[in-house]
Amino acid sequence: MVMEPNDIIKAQLMDARDLERTLNRMARQIVEMFELDEADEDSFALVGMQTRGVHLARRLQAIIAAVDGIKVPVGILDATMYRDDFRTRSKQPAVKETKIDFNVEGRHLVLVDDVLFTGRTTRAGLDALTDLGRPASVHFLVIVDRGLRELPIKADFVGRKVPTLPGEEIRVRVEELDQMEGVWLVEHRENLYT
Amino acid sequence: MDPKQDNQKETPENGLRHRHLLGLSDYDSDEIELILETAQQFRDVLNRPIRRVPTLRGITVVNLFFEPSTRTRISFELAEKRLSADTVNFTASGSSVSKGESLKDTAQNIEAMKIDMVVLRHVSPGAPHFLTRCVDAVVINAGDGAHEHPTQALLDLLTMSDHFESFKGLNVSIIGDILHSRVARSNIHGLLAMGANVTICGPNPLLPIHLDKLTDKGSVRVTHKLDEALEGADVAMALRIQMERQGRNLFPSTREYHEQFGIQMKHMKHHKDLLVMHPGPVNRGVELASEVVDHERAVILNQVTNGVAVRMAVLYLLSGSRLET
Repeated sequence: MVMEPNDIIKAQLMDARDLERTLNRMARQIVEMFELDEADEDSFALVGMQTRGVHLARRLQAIIAAVDGIKVPVGILDATMYRDDFRTRSKQPAVKETKIDFNVEGRHLVLVDDVLFTGRTTRAGLDALTDLGRPASVHFLVIVDRGLRELPIKADFVGRKVPTLPGEEIRVRVEELDQMEGVWLVEHRENLYT
Repeated sequence: MDPKQDNQKETPENGLRHRHLLGLSDYDSDEIELILETAQQFRDVLNRPIRRVPTLRGITVVNLFFEPSTRTRISFELAEKRLSADTVNFTASGSSVSKGESLKDTAQNIEAMKIDMVVLRHVSPGAPHFLTRCVDAVVINAGDGAHEHPTQALLDLLTMSDHFESFKGLNVSIIGDILHSRVARSNIHGLLAMGANVTICGPNPLLPIHLDKLTDKGSVRVTHKLDEALEGADVAMALRIQMERQGRNLFPSTREYHEQFGIQMKHMKHHKDLLVMHPGPVNRGVELASEVVDHERAVILNQVTNGVAVRMAVLYLLSGSRLET
């Protein structure tokens, strides 16, 4: 089974059930940290980073709704317009939808992404978010922190820390998008013959 | 077996295949779709409190306008500013062109000042193609003679896609001076590529011959009767009667033109779902009756808004290709 072209799977780090447990735990942590109750529907929100962060944010939303009966809004954020590798790319990546139907002004936000690596996407996401208003606070949630940071950024909620080597990649797959679920460590070769 | 791989083929993650935007005649439907989808995202930026993103920071764009233009130039300039690009404006009057400098020399001189992209409006068809052979910068055609005006057609397509689910089988009638119209030509290419049915309508001297040979993507229906053009049409696109492009009188008078080809309130009443478009500037009482211009089914101002979004999308998608040689 190939994850992406030139991917060689080294290990499966989480299966569907592990991912579910991790999300349940993180939902607990969020509710506890922000002391969420029904009144917080106007002062708190989850923001999913395109693409898989959106689905993960929706899972967290569903868990919090089921367990605590609190409806937490979810926004969708695409940071493509704010990326810093623009000058080095010859083809521009597709700009995806940004859809935040609530006012971010004065709201506590949790930014949700699948993998934290260099921190550059997070930086772009923070810039995109603050252009929409001035949130009361922004916290950061990731399923996997794989290390190798290039910017001073850290996550507040981490599913699992997995130190990786250059050339390795983490693939988080969600049912809604990938028809498979779990987290894999893969060896990714840009070019197999050099 | 690999969903991710299939996914990537459908959504053109790899961007446009073209390095320049010279016309829509050689753009395929998936490229046009990518531009329209990207434009929708950039349009959202225009509705935010901060209507500016840092996407093209450090990119220099020269707007080279050898022909008078208000809305296209302002639209491009706004699009560039919204993307944080550095812009330089050049208009033919009051420049070295009036001293007899050629297009090639002007362009090469400007490129020697280190620029990334050129937006060119020129009276000669093919001027943008010629420019791509003289400079390394990415070239975007902002209208070349009666040849093409691709960003106008793209903004028209975006406006149509706001009102209709699909271009497949959409009936679009283009009415007026087709012969002199680069807008019509680009729209015909774009609409046929997307699978729409195109009808053109106008007085005989304003219709080009050999339209059947214009493109191999489909055929264009031709009629000289406005009623035939409007019957069953989803969109009526009225074109401006371009006084400045007519060396001789090709129709008796603007009043007679309005009688025969102008869209009036009676047409709006008879065709309850007809959407009316116009690339502007409108000659009120000629192509469109004044009340039609202000009608709720006339989306002329939506076209203008979409123009900025479409140009942002084109600038963004082509900006990477400056790195290719």
